[in-house]
Amino acid sequence: MTYHHPSTLARAALVLFVLAIGLAAVVSWPASPARAQEPTPSDNQVNAVAKQLYCPVCENVPLDVCPTQACAQWRQTIREKLTAGWSEQEIKNYFVEQYGARVLAAPPPRGLSLLVYLLPPLAFVVGGYIVYRAVRTWRRAARPRASPPPAAEDEYARRIEEELRRRE
Amino acid sequence: MLANLGFAVLVITLLVSIYGIAAALYGARTGREAWVLSARQAMLLTWPLVTLSALCLVALLVTNHFEVEFVYSVTSRSMPGYLKATALWGGQAGSLLFWSWLMAAFASAAGLRRWDRDREFLPWVVVVALVTLAFFLSLIILFENPFARLWAAPAGETIKAMFAPSGAVLVTPGDGQGLNPLLRHPGMIIHPPMLYLGFVSFVIPYAFGMAALITRRTDDRWIRVTRRWTLVAWLFLSMGLVLGGRWAYDVLGWGGYWGWDPVEIAAFMPWLTGTAFLHSVMIQEKRGMLKHWNMVLVILTYCLVIFGTFLTRSGVLSSVHAFAQSAIGPAFFGFIGLSFAASLALLLSRWNELRGENQLTSLLSRENLFLLNNLLFVSILVACFWGVIFPLISELFTGQKVTVGPPFYERTTGPMFAGLLLLMGIAPLSAWGRTAGRSLGRLIVWPLAASLVVPLGLALSGTHNPAALLGFWLAAFVTLVTLSEFWRGALARRRIYKEALPVALWNLAGRNRRRYGGYIIHLGVVLMAIGIIGVELYQQETQGTLAEGQQITLGKYVMTYDSLAEFNAPDDRLVARAVTTIYRDGQKVAELYPRRDFYYVSQQPMTIPGVYSSLEGDFYVLLVGWEPIGSSGATFKIYLNPLINFLWGGSLVFILGTLVAAWPDRERARATARVPAGALAQRAK
Amino acid sequence: MSDTPAPPLPAPRARNLGRLLLWSGLAALMALVGFGLYRTQAGPVSSGPAPDFTLITFDGETIHLADLKGQVVVVNFWASWCKPCEEEAATLEAGWQKYRDQGVSFLGVDYVDTEPEARAYLTRFGITYPNGPDLGTRISQAFRIRGVPETYFIDRQGTLVRVKIGPIDMNELQSILDPLVTP
Repeated sequence: MTYHHPSTLARAALVLFVLAIGLAAVVSWPASPARAQEPTPSDNQVNAVAKQLYCPVCENVPLDVCPTQACAQWRQTIREKLTAGWSEQEIKNYFVEQYGARVLAAPPPRGLSLLVYLLPPLAFVVGGYIVYRAVRTWRRAARPRASPPPAAEDEYARRIEEELRRRE
Repeated sequence: MLANLGFAVLVITLLVSIYGIAAALYGARTGREAWVLSARQAMLLTWPLVTLSALCLVALLVTNHFEVEFVYSVTSRSMPGYLKATALWGGQAGSLLFWSWLMAAFASAAGLRRWDRDREFLPWVVVVALVTLAFFLSLIILFENPFARLWAAPAGETIKAMFAPSGAVLVTPGDGQGLNPLLRHPGMIIHPPMLYLGFVSFVIPYAFGMAALITRRTDDRWIRVTRRWTLVAWLFLSMGLVLGGRWAYDVLGWGGYWGWDPVEIAAFMPWLTGTAFLHSVMIQEKRGMLKHWNMVLVILTYCLVIFGTFLTRSGVLSSVHAFAQSAIGPAFFGFIGLSFAASLALLLSRWNELRGENQLTSLLSRENLFLLNNLLFVSILVACFWGVIFPLISELFTGQKVTVGPPFYERTTGPMFAGLLLLMGIAPLSAWGRTAGRSLGRLIVWPLAASLVVPLGLALSGTHNPAALLGFWLAAFVTLVTLSEFWRGALARRRIYKEALPVALWNLAGRNRRRYGGYIIHLGVVLMAIGIIGVELYQQETQGTLAEGQQITLGKYVMTYDSLAEFNAPDDRLVARAVTTIYRDGQKVAELYPRRDFYYVSQQPMTIPGVYSSLEGDFYVLLVGWEPIGSSGATFKIYLNPLINFLWGGSLVFILGTLVAAWPDRERARATARVPAGALAQRAK
Repeated sequence: MSDTPAPPLPAPRARNLGRLLLWSGLAALMALVGFGLYRTQAGPVSSGPAPDFTLITFDGETIHLADLKGQVVVVNFWASWCKPCEEEAATLEAGWQKYRDQGVSFLGVDYVDTEPEARAYLTRFGITYPNGPDLGTRISQAFRIRGVPETYFIDRQGTLVRVKIGPIDMNELQSILDPLVTP
């Protein structure tokens, strides 16, 4: 079938092209962060990671502002890992492995900890539904007694005058 | 001896409270007025008694009686006199006594009010207030006695006891350990009393709510009686929270004011329900609706007050390194269980009698918007409560300790706070009962459109964060609506009474303090929101190590490091103090002295920032590290906290508004003017 | 919890269900808080069978506590940032040298620490018994330690017999170990 021929060729070319791009990406990818990484990471780079971690021994103190000796050591650890070219996520994982999940500012949304994130919105929705149902019933109760229509002119002025009258 | 006197008085107070409870119960059961009056006298007597006891402790603190263990643990000779006196609430035992003193003060104040219209509430208010007081007194007497002394037993060890163990002799240490340095700050001196005042004064509305349930007088009388109590309680709680934030900002040295720490949230939760309550009682007063819900809120608030006190004092939420162990945990646990269960049982048993005149005519009515407001407050509460107790759940089921910190709270509560802001703008435009959708729409459209100028202007000048744009838009909207409420109200008065505009404005607020006080509070909240958005979304920070004379740049600011000195301060601390100069756009604006104090006795470092404040924001510098020898350099951490002073200024406006709303009326409450629903209630009876 | 704004006219069954939910919610909350309180009040594990654990030492060796049955085991929790630990470091090493031939194992558990500093600490005090990090704070949680240093003594049957909170000195170490090693 000769008329298939060009199309097959085109497809092969496309595949090759994609492969080439992918290969280029793979080759160049580790190079770019390595270039961005200076030999010793600056304090700001260290703090950017430390900010997201909690001091494992003090209570509720982020690692970037904790003044104790131990925390200084941990910041040094972050610096070393950054120097070794670790990513932020790798460093966080390392800390969790070493010191337990409580070094993370919030639990990872996995397993039981998923509940942390699910319950508050759920409570809001359920609460909203309850309010909605209550309002619906109350409105039904009110419907038989039709009240006079609101005044057509400036409702606000009417309201405030009524209120002021009542206060006198 | 003072310690013995103080302790004896406490025991007597406990007995008086127990007598008061018994007399009130007996009087209410048999209907003998004399017993109820006697119970009231007992309640009035508790305050002078606890005052005497607290004064004994203060005297011991001020006069360096280190043989008393509490005095030894919170004061030292080098502390100034005012700090020694305020060390009363610097430790567990003393702060429980202080708590009891405030509780007794509020109970007595409630006892002094005119009771002629609410005779039937009296015995039950006495019972609830005195049970709470008696509980705290017995905690002090049985577990955390601030008057206990130090004794040397024959075997050599030191014992803490009220009375001499056999063969032991009194030990008087030469000097005390001194107050925790973190607490030696003006903010910390006023912050706990404010929080305790807020906590304690919420007991009174709860007591009236319970009295209303017990006596089956379930109209809105209890709400009208406690309206001002609630506002005052809420004011104190708000001030306590703000001062706590200010203290954290000034002393804790992490550039922030609120860290979503469980202890902070424990104080924030009753504030949330209290705020919801303040709004929802208005629906009951105006429309006779939501009787159940208001009871639920007042009960929740009381329970959260007790629960929060328990959480912060029993060490349940603390980590491996919390040594502040306390024996009061189990007793507190029992009290919480009892009070929760009793309140719930009572509420359920009266459920049917609380049926109100529930009816709504319009979906856009103010009642309905208040319901939404309550829904949002309670949802924030649920998120906070969940975040606080989740670590316990995780530990129980997976054995893994987790931290639930700021990212969780910011993500879950942020949208709800935005929703509250939006409601704050809409609700003033709606009417009670029925609001025609079209007229409300007409009222809303203009301020909504006009306030769009703010985010548009910001977007054009380079602000692209959608959360910030939305937040500033809402802030502008609420401000516009609230100010126009004042404006239109004053105009209406001028038209009707021919008053000059300023007079009209003054009278307007004076005649309906609660509403216009509320609006002022809203304006304060808007200012605070602006500050919070500024700091949360636009905080900048940098850190660098400088040699003397070198400089570091952040934003428009340049800081040069001039010098550093280390010296010993008289109150047993080593101070390292840096001198830095701040330039803004090349102009010298301030000289700042960030420092690090090291307290020898408690082995605790403390980082005191140097702050240059302006309306635009704070330049906040911390001394993080330095080389003690030579001048090789010092490390500084610098924050730019944009707009943060809107937060502090807004809280002042907030307090002003609460004072306006809570200021006593000249005439006593008049006959209640309610919308027709009230008449319906009469018919239903 | 109870965030129901009074549903107007619930059927009796729905109401009973609601009550049941409320009460069980309250009970669950109290149980949870009770658990937290129990954990706080309980203090360190001080008797009964010692919690088993696996320690991967700084030298890469894996030690299971269960494998040490038949020996007296001294488990010491420490950290390089802990000043009081330094007071007892030499004592512990001396104790190890004294008792290692009498069927006593010493294990050092390094509580939330950084490795270079921990190794420097071990070198500084010449500590030779096996030491390893407390990965994920699992071991310290199992023993419910309150701080460092803390030392736990396990007899030949694997039963926890003594807990020492704070630094230990030679006299106390001997007075605890002597009765344990004499059969």
